[in-house]
Amino acid sequence: MDKIKVGIIGPGNIGTDLMYKVMRSQNLEMKTMTGIIESEGIRRAAGMGVRTSIEGVKAVAEDPEIKIVFDATGASAHLKHAPILKSAGKIVFDMTPAAVGPFVVPCVNLDHLTELNTDNFNMVTCGGQATIPIAYAINRIADSEYTEIVACISSKSAGPGTRANIDEFTQTTAKALQVVGGADRSKAIIVLNPAEPPLMMSNTIYSIVKNPDEKAIVESVNQIVGEVRAYVPGYSLRVPPIVDGNKVTVIVQVEGAGDFLPKYAGNLDIINAAAIAAAEKIAARMRNQEGK
Amino acid sequence: MSLDRNRKIHIVDTTLRDGSHAVSHSFDVEQVTAIAAGLDEVGVDLIEISHGDGIAGSSLNYGFSKVSELELLKAANKVVKRGKLTVLLLPGVGTIEDLAQAKEAGAKAVRVATHVTEADIGIQHLKAAGDMGLMPIGFLMMVHMATPEKILEQANIFVDAGAKYVNLADSAGYMTPKQVKEVVSLLVEKLPVLVGFHAHNNLGLAVANALTAVECGADYIDVTCRGLGAGAGNAQAEVVAGVLQREGFHTGLDFYKYMDLAENVVEPIMQRPQVIRSAPLMLGYAGVYSSFLLHTYRAAEKFNLNPRDILVELGRRGMVGGQEDMIIDVAHALANGKKD
Repeated sequence: MDKIKVGIIGPGNIGTDLMYKVMRSQNLEMKTMTGIIESEGIRRAAGMGVRTSIEGVKAVAEDPEIKIVFDATGASAHLKHAPILKSAGKIVFDMTPAAVGPFVVPCVNLDHLTELNTDNFNMVTCGGQATIPIAYAINRIADSEYTEIVACISSKSAGPGTRANIDEFTQTTAKALQVVGGADRSKAIIVLNPAEPPLMMSNTIYSIVKNPDEKAIVESVNQIVGEVRAYVPGYSLRVPPIVDGNKVTVIVQVEGAGDFLPKYAGNLDIINAAAIAAAEKIAARMRNQEGK
Repeated sequence: MSLDRNRKIHIVDTTLRDGSHAVSHSFDVEQVTAIAAGLDEVGVDLIEISHGDGIAGSSLNYGFSKVSELELLKAANKVVKRGKLTVLLLPGVGTIEDLAQAKEAGAKAVRVATHVTEADIGIQHLKAAGDMGLMPIGFLMMVHMATPEKILEQANIFVDAGAKYVNLADSAGYMTPKQVKEVVSLLVEKLPVLVGFHAHNNLGLAVANALTAVECGADYIDVTCRGLGAGAGNAQAEVVAGVLQREGFHTGLDFYKYMDLAENVVEPIMQRPQVIRSAPLMLGYAGVYSSFLLHTYRAAEKFNLNPRDILVELGRRGMVGGQEDMIIDVAHALANGKKD
């Protein structure tokens, strides 16, 4: 079967970077980039030979060829788009904090959600994609009572959406640390750093655990770092697990792939890379099923 | 706004917020009740009570509060009659939900604090504060890291979001009176709301900087009893009260009562004398966030390093307020002989 055709709503930074990633995918084929006004992003997509539209969600919902849709608009727009895309039978990756569907962190719960026939995947937040794999890796071994993360992103990589609603970041990330990461209680902190040249995204994960078995925690964390690196090559441990009594501390860095966004924007890269990794897996399954 | 020497200078006492750093966030109900009641009697305008890193700052990263700030606010609210109970909120740490709870517990004003170049992340909190009926105040941290023009631009973002005044914080205790004069004068001239100043004593200049700010037209001055605060502490309240009184500025403070409060109530609960040791001196010299101090001492001990080396590296990397986690990152790197 042919590659699975994809539509992207929202030709901003996130949408454009997603388009670049789709264009080098083995299982996905970029079909339509849609927005609501003529914009630089629309022109950029057209210039790369992609079909474009300014009819918003309609352009992808009404195209039966498109099976997978990435919504890179905003939370309020996605709330309107979600039912339209659902009745059109699309598999949707929601890049906004709308959280219509369940949170997905590919290396943790994608398989489980696919088994449940999920058709709307919420990508949590950039900090969530960077920290939840570690939180999960600690919890599965050591049973986390409390997990706290600090995400530091460069000022240049924090877009107007993030800036206008920073509470959404802390609240959504904290919730997903429990729901996906498995902690009983959680807290998320975000710091913007304006240093020049811009710093790589760094994330600290602290966890208070019941079973502080250092060797097992280190193995579990190393394993999950390998799994994340499969879709985010620039994901690395800055500080490997430090186990101090019942407290575990890990620091990871995310260097972006530099597809459309600069390498320091690892925060934007990891949420996109996670969405693409999940979409790839689902597309591969579609091709297998229909190929039979 | 004002260079009238007869104007009222508003005193913001942050012993129970910035001072919280110096006691590792261990204030209890009894201490807060005594200090808040004393400050109210002294005639302080704003009494700030929060975790050192603002409401909801209680965390592994910044240290857990011994007693929740909501309980402390409620206790203070019972005894404070004249002063405005104020909280600090760092967007990215505390949320509007936390603010609503603080209001419920008795807060009347909120200072929304962002890094000096990131004012726009506080717009939603300032607007929400105004909607809730709290006095919204903008607070720019680490002002030594930006030019006066940039500071003015960022302060105006707060003004547009409804800030009643904008406070400038020399969070690293880096500034000299000359720099204070330059930035405060520009803002007093150009900003459409009043200007405040928050000093740290890492270079021994906190009181001098507070006085300079007042002379240049600042209307709000942050102080703490005995200078209790992050790094080498803040502008010492009772000293500022005496200096401003002798210089003929009107604060409405009872100077003697302030001295007595500092000596009899605050000093006995201090965990160490608020003096300029080598590490806080390095904070001021290298321009590093004052709250990093005690966390740096702990990391230095754990990784067997000199705190000074950790602080210099944090400064070199351009770390900003709230990045206490990077102390571990730097200590780990230094202990393993690698630099970022």
